[in-house]
Amino acid sequence: MDTISTDVAIIGAGGAGLRAAIALAETDPTLRIALISKVYPMRSHTCAAEGGAAGVIKPDDSFDLHFDDTVGGGDWLSDQDCVEYFVHEAPKELLQLEHWGCPWNREADGSVAVRPFGGMKKQRTWFAADKSGFHILHTLFQTSLQFPSITRYDEYYALDLLVDDGRCQGVTAMEICSGQLRQFHAKAVIIAGGGAGRMFPFSTNGAIKTGDGMAMAYRAGAPLKDMEFVQYHPTGLPNTGSLLTEACRGEGGILVNKNGRRYLQDYGMGPETPVGKPQLKTMELGPRDRVSQAYWHELQKGNTVPTQWGECVLLDMRHLGEKTINERLPLVRELCASYLQVDIVKDPVPIRPVVHYMMGGISTNTAAATPLPGLFAAGECACVSLNGANRLGSNSLIELLVFGRRAALSAIEHIQGLPAANTAALNARAEETQQRINKLFSGTSGTESMSGLRKEMMDTMEKNVGIYRTEEGLQEGVSKIHELRQRYCNVKLTDKSSVFNTDLFQALELGSMLDCAEAVTVGALARKESRGSHQRLDYVERDDKKFLCHTMVHHQGLDVPRVDYLDVVITKSPPGVRDYSGDHK
Amino acid sequence: MTQMKERLVQLEVLRYNPDTDTEAHFQRYEVTCYEEGVVLDALNKIKADIDPTLNFRWSCHMAVCGSCGMMINGEPKLSCHTFLREYEGVIRVEPLAHFPIERDLVTAPDDFMEKLKRVKPYIIPKEKKPISEGEYKQTPTQLMKFRQYSMCINCMLCYAACPEYGLDPQFIGPAALTMAHRYNQDSRDAGREERQEVVATHEGVWTCTFVGACSEVCPAHVDPASALQQMKITSSIDWIVEHLIPGGKK
Repeated sequence: MDTISTDVAIIGAGGAGLRAAIALAETDPTLRIALISKVYPMRSHTCAAEGGAAGVIKPDDSFDLHFDDTVGGGDWLSDQDCVEYFVHEAPKELLQLEHWGCPWNREADGSVAVRPFGGMKKQRTWFAADKSGFHILHTLFQTSLQFPSITRYDEYYALDLLVDDGRCQGVTAMEICSGQLRQFHAKAVIIAGGGAGRMFPFSTNGAIKTGDGMAMAYRAGAPLKDMEFVQYHPTGLPNTGSLLTEACRGEGGILVNKNGRRYLQDYGMGPETPVGKPQLKTMELGPRDRVSQAYWHELQKGNTVPTQWGECVLLDMRHLGEKTINERLPLVRELCASYLQVDIVKDPVPIRPVVHYMMGGISTNTAAATPLPGLFAAGECACVSLNGANRLGSNSLIELLVFGRRAALSAIEHIQGLPAANTAALNARAEETQQRINKLFSGTSGTESMSGLRKEMMDTMEKNVGIYRTEEGLQEGVSKIHELRQRYCNVKLTDKSSVFNTDLFQALELGSMLDCAEAVTVGALARKESRGSHQRLDYVERDDKKFLCHTMVHHQGLDVPRVDYLDVVITKSPPGVRDYSGDHK
Repeated sequence: MTQMKERLVQLEVLRYNPDTDTEAHFQRYEVTCYEEGVVLDALNKIKADIDPTLNFRWSCHMAVCGSCGMMINGEPKLSCHTFLREYEGVIRVEPLAHFPIERDLVTAPDDFMEKLKRVKPYIIPKEKKPISEGEYKQTPTQLMKFRQYSMCINCMLCYAACPEYGLDPQFIGPAALTMAHRYNQDSRDAGREERQEVVATHEGVWTCTFVGACSEVCPAHVDPASALQQMKITSSIDWIVEHLIPGGKK
């Protein structure tokens, strides 16, 4: 097996991975950087983010206000030292991106424009029309091309971390076009591999979001934190699950039920605000968890609109007018027209909540370090405890930048004065990966259909671990996912070719998703309270006495994982009431 | 609730595995898909239910990641944005033209990636300004000068459509040249002269014969043809200033 020696290996080349790579290259041009990704960087799912990135820039705003919105939005499960660091770093990172050429929308005087977003008390979301993530990703990728010390390994699928002497010292990865396994020996590894939303059948996530980075860290001994917190975005296209950005509502779009009622006022987000005059932090600008939960209640009451794509509510943007829609929401108009054949200028568009984002992930601290020395993580795959129990829209694009850079700085610190690697030990670890792959290829007896197992997993997650959860449903979910993990050991590989074998990679991705799905269900079953995106019909209140803490899930091979807890860091904001009633203006 | 309408779809897909095949061949599949589905949905259904050995790239299913470009009935298209309702009869699906096939519908984009890098697609500032001094001011008018050209999703459909690239693989090509233009037009940038070394050569804009196929197939409405025409004009002006105006040589 070929060995590639490097200083820092980064797994994932989306927003966080690219930001980390550039920070490494800028800080120390002598460092060798290996940027490993299972897709070409431009294909990373950062490209699909639409609305924007939050950072305090306008004179009427303050770090404290961004802090309060984030902590309250997260239902007090955020680590407040982390949030403090984040809000201070955010504007610097957005300016950095501006200097690198990101085409942010502008005010008439040439300064950066901001737009309103859900759960934010001030306008602080920087945006590039409704393709903000796309522009951030391409700006970072193109900027990265000028650094000769960044060596890209595009379309390499990372498999296992190499851990020896109690620290992470590399990773194995397979070149997809040749099927060749390589090992990367690195002094530090940064995982920036994205979320795992594809474990659900109805998701805004691209095909690549299968939790490989999360699962890799988890198997290597780093715990997954707060995995039960899964964000439903309130406004997805009902057939494809494509995202219609929160900016639809930020710009003034309204949500109505089959009776034409703006039903959010019935769920603590009223009183009703004038149509087309959105007010911050209330009604349609409530936080995502509350808005998605309101849909569920409307569904129970029979207030939703039956459509050929299932039960929906309506997102009405007609009053914004064609000019605003074309200027501010061109992608939304195009998506609705092509996939649903609805022109949002003329008609309301049917929508329903869709799995969008995982608040949980690889446990990291504010320095983006995991408990496993030498391993760092950033972006959706990590849980740095910025987002708590519910992420506010436009906090994640900026999270990529702030913690991507932070992971790079921490990695540099870590590699100073490290003892030499025991190459023989690392080779032995890498050989274990090779054996795992060989087993998949040699197994003639595999009986479990890959697409069959995947469908059972998705159906289980949707049925038992959705917007509202119960003890009974979660029990069933835990045992079903556990069973699927056992059956997965016998998965059948149909394609035995070494060249661009997507049957193989889909099988490996399914393994990652099953590991992550088990952490989600086990965490959800153990958390007997309702907080943010985790809502239990049998424990309807938030319980700060027992559950003001992070769920830590530890991998135990094929056994059910072990769960323990870590205290939330509270510095200055004691748990309070989340108020989106519009009273406080 | 009314049910989603379904339709029977017949696809003829190019198959090629360099490990086992001496040449490419077509394979016929038949699947049922939703009426409003796209070609990618049909391919995914085939892979999940009929033939796990069929290979293609995809991710976002919303025409922004640029992964799923292929030839559909001979035209370069994003398969996630090619609607089954627009086709009758057998749909022929082949890998993107003008790129080497890795396997089935997967092509190797290395040539494009290399060319993109050569045009220096990043801000080369006049002088570096520290972050503490805030943003570069850029009016909406200045933004509009380049924004359209920044929308390129690197799907490479324009390379598959471009007859010049088909004839002369040295041609830098529509998307990469457009990216050079995008940065040249950005009020924050001062790198045009550096880029001219690649842009204003026989491999650059002068290979383009303004067929315009690139702009016709572009799923992001970038209009590379107009970018290349503008670059030809400014490059000509450069030449005139340099050679014909006394004392004009820089």
